[in-house]
Amino acid sequence: MNSHRERLRKRADKGTAERDWAHVLLRWETGLAIVVVGIVAIGALASPDFLTGNNLFNLGLSNGEIAIMTLPMTLIIISGEIDLSVASMLGMSSALLGFLWARGWPMPAIFVMVAVVGLAAGAVNGLLVTRLRLPSLAVTIGTLALYRGIATILLGPNTVSNFPAAYTNLGVNAVPFTSNDMTYSTLVFLVLAVIFGVVLHSTPFGRSIYAMGASAEAAQFAGIRVKRIKTTLFMISGLVCSAAGVLWTFRLNTAVQNNGLGLELDVVAIVLLAGVSIFGGKGSVIGVVLAVLAFCGIQNALLLTNFNQEASGIVTGALLLASVFLPNAARWLHGSRRLSWAARRPSWLTRTQST
Amino acid sequence: MRAALLPKRETGQPAPSGTGQAAGLAERVFRVRESGILVVLIVFVAVTTLLRHRFLDQSNIQFVLIDTTVFALLALGETMVVISRNVDLSVGSVLGLSAYLSTNLFGQHPGIPVVVVFLAGLGIGLACGLANGIMVAAGRVPSLVVTLATLYIIRGIDILIVGGNEVVAQSLPNAFLDIPKTTVIGIPDLAIVIAAVIAVGWYYLRTFRSGRDLYAIGSNPEAARLAGIPVGRRVFTAFAVSGAIAGVAGVLWGAQYGTIDSTAGTGYELQVISAVVVGGVAIFGGSGSVVGAALGALLLSTISSALYTLGISPFWDQAIWGFLLLLAITLDQTITQRLTSALRQRRIRHE
Amino acid sequence: MRLRRATLLALALPAAITLAACSSSSASSTSTTTPATSSSATTSATSSSTASSSGLKTGLKVFIIPKNLGNSYFTTADSANSGGAIAALDTLGESGTETSGTAATPASQIPAIQAAIAKGANALIVSATDPTALCPTLESAMKRGITVVTYDSDAPTCRDLFVNQASTAEIGTSEVDVLASEIGDSGQIAIVSAAASATNQNAWIGYMKQELKKYPKMSLVSIVYGNDDPTTATQVTQGLLQQYPNLKGIISPTTVGIAAAAAVLDNAKYRGKIMLTGLGTPDEMKKYVADGTVKEFVLWNPANLGYLAAYAAVNYASGKITNAEGQSFTAGKLGSYTVGADDTILLGPPTVFNAANINNFNF
Repeated sequence: MNSHRERLRKRADKGTAERDWAHVLLRWETGLAIVVVGIVAIGALASPDFLTGNNLFNLGLSNGEIAIMTLPMTLIIISGEIDLSVASMLGMSSALLGFLWARGWPMPAIFVMVAVVGLAAGAVNGLLVTRLRLPSLAVTIGTLALYRGIATILLGPNTVSNFPAAYTNLGVNAVPFTSNDMTYSTLVFLVLAVIFGVVLHSTPFGRSIYAMGASAEAAQFAGIRVKRIKTTLFMISGLVCSAAGVLWTFRLNTAVQNNGLGLELDVVAIVLLAGVSIFGGKGSVIGVVLAVLAFCGIQNALLLTNFNQEASGIVTGALLLASVFLPNAARWLHGSRRLSWAARRPSWLTRTQST
Repeated sequence: MRAALLPKRETGQPAPSGTGQAAGLAERVFRVRESGILVVLIVFVAVTTLLRHRFLDQSNIQFVLIDTTVFALLALGETMVVISRNVDLSVGSVLGLSAYLSTNLFGQHPGIPVVVVFLAGLGIGLACGLANGIMVAAGRVPSLVVTLATLYIIRGIDILIVGGNEVVAQSLPNAFLDIPKTTVIGIPDLAIVIAAVIAVGWYYLRTFRSGRDLYAIGSNPEAARLAGIPVGRRVFTAFAVSGAIAGVAGVLWGAQYGTIDSTAGTGYELQVISAVVVGGVAIFGGSGSVVGAALGALLLSTISSALYTLGISPFWDQAIWGFLLLLAITLDQTITQRLTSALRQRRIRHE
Repeated sequence: MRLRRATLLALALPAAITLAACSSSSASSTSTTTPATSSSATTSATSSSTASSSGLKTGLKVFIIPKNLGNSYFTTADSANSGGAIAALDTLGESGTETSGTAATPASQIPAIQAAIAKGANALIVSATDPTALCPTLESAMKRGITVVTYDSDAPTCRDLFVNQASTAEIGTSEVDVLASEIGDSGQIAIVSAAASATNQNAWIGYMKQELKKYPKMSLVSIVYGNDDPTTATQVTQGLLQQYPNLKGIISPTTVGIAAAAAVLDNAKYRGKIMLTGLGTPDEMKKYVADGTVKEFVLWNPANLGYLAAYAAVNYASGKITNAEGQSFTAGKLGSYTVGADDTILLGPPTVFNAANINNFNF
């Protein structure tokens, strides 16, 4: 009798453990870690230049800003929305930086102005999505065009490229006291990753984000201020993307209206690659860090070998597909044995329409 | 009890004769939606014409209509996908691949009939659509991720195949290049054909069971499945059709521009989604019509044309365009929500 | 908890490997044998005599980095079978590789430049996507003693030499002169340019405006930007036609722009009434010249441009020339060239294409 009860309890425990989202999450992150190790290995085998400090430095330089932009995007997607205007906010802040510098503003004042405009841009996104209840996909496609347009109004055909060396050295020098390999943008990324990671995984704020991603209505009824938090997330995105715009401008010593053109889909791709579910409620910052390594590592490895550069998009796309198919396949294999049909349906079918 | 099991009817879907009053209201709401966009379009054209008379002359109408054809076609396919609560981001890449491979046939096989080239484009698009459809429907994975991946993959394949080559106008027969140019009573033939295709699509989605099922799936996929609708098959078909249409649009793109390289169609996906949303199709599915989406594409082309014709400084064009796009999206979605809640209130009061 | 431990492990593993690699490997890299090297290694046996007899180094690793790959103009300029840069490098016994991104932006081009540096480049031949954004990267290359030669599109403050296809002034003035002769020196004209911030186009337009002063009866009514995108270029051209009913001519100093504008004007209504000229490639323009939409247009031979750039880079890298004005060298079949002001080497005058000669060219 006792052993039977024991067996039932064990089975129940195992059942809950397997339906434990953390467990499923964990599987994709480890898979991604293996992918990253694989890329590092293949890259090192294919080219002796891959694992050099110099190469890693360049990697950090070229991808730092994109990596930074993936962090607020992760929070936004987990909360159930999306922000496609990130690259345009980068461009707008770059244009603003150049515009004000060309008019003789002092740099600290420019930083404040850029931050304010970034927060405002994010607030516009947030308010349109939460107050007017517009779908974020549509809204941010609109602000993508609008903010890029504002960048064009600010700079027109001009390029500003006379920033003082004290700032542009961000794009040239390594962070002091590191092994000469770390760029400032990588440092910013890592610091932000830790901050975002702690906030997301260990604070009530972070838990609310997961909750509203899983079900906005339930979260609302549970007392979570969904609208306020979502607006805050969009504003954080605006601020971070503006900071990325400043880094970008200094790194290239160039403020021009088309800075960052077209990067938004790359940012989304990296976040999706990290196993963050497009429907919200699932994902982790660690996954995003790994995905950044994977995405950038692949591009870099392809460049260093003589693999056809034009095919790098195919590799990115294939990785993206793997990021959705593999967990699904694993879950299906696992669940087909015992879970009922009701538990087996994919989460996207249960998304409630926001009213 | 039984009513609860049936898929929720959203605006845009005609109800069977049993629920007469709600059906009448739904019809009227549906028409208001599309006529709303039409009204905005007319107002916009009127204002621009007042400022610049030549905006409404025959050649400009022809320009705008032809410029819209590719996007209207893409919007048709995209609407079918979006109605079912999915999204197809790969349309731009499919258009590009089809544009090159099909128009290249003229150079490789001189004398090939134009129809065959169109069929080739359709085939290429269909193949891509099938791939999308299988992955989304059978794999049961989010379509945004899948089609973002195929956006990258198909563009990569396009770049690999094309390399540094391009198809130039000289290798294209005049009969092909004249397709966007022939007119009847001042209206381009092509625009009439596309309008007819859109009408067919509209009729299909309204009347045929397989078309209306898409609305049901978009409204409430679980209920649709419970009601016996073959969700997988319908979604698969929607993606296949979207791909096929993008393939044909690629051939038309070639006829319009005459020079085709590996960058054709880059960035079109966001423009098509804008047109669809402006046209009143709900991004979460379940409502909207292809007529609305086509009008949305027409409105966006008209706005572009107006900006360039009015000669506002070119540096302001993009910002104004972005602002108007946001405005259009806001207006449309607000109207939709007001109407939907009014409809729901009405239904609650009548039950 | 299991989650935290396992994810820490997941992160630690790749991080540890990377850090270990960082600290252990030194900055310098050994060169890998690329296919290009191996093929030119065989040819270098036969042709190195040519190179070494003129004092040029052989076996140099040269990377050609156009604005983007998949662009027919650059493919012609760079590849071996069109007689471009790689053909020149093969003749000289160097190893030539073409690499770049696909988006024609600095963000897309910089990683390719960095990779070339990492692979041990001795010389870079770059068509700059932006005049200043590449500078930090190019300067780091020059600091390592890598020869940096720009071609087609310059980055004036951070390269050793610039190989210009034709004098900037001549490109601007020739297009205005061609159009003026086609519209009888009078009438309204407009310009369909590329991106608003495109340096080349803006420079040429500057000279066009100056040249227009010679034609007091011609007036430039508008400059519009097609962004090198066929759809935008088409729409801005259509906008011009609507805005200026009396427009007589259009100049489009960009191949995408002139192709799009030609497609718009290619019907009975506009052909012959609105004259179109600009920078176009012969292949793209053949149809429009044949049916009269475009009478004459201007360009240069991109293959010769790439060829010259390759010779300039090898000569500089071999120390045969410096970038001082007056230095001269021989560029194979193209003859002898001299470095001019601003470290610039001019390919020659722009070529005017029309019905008489267009069929002699295949690019």
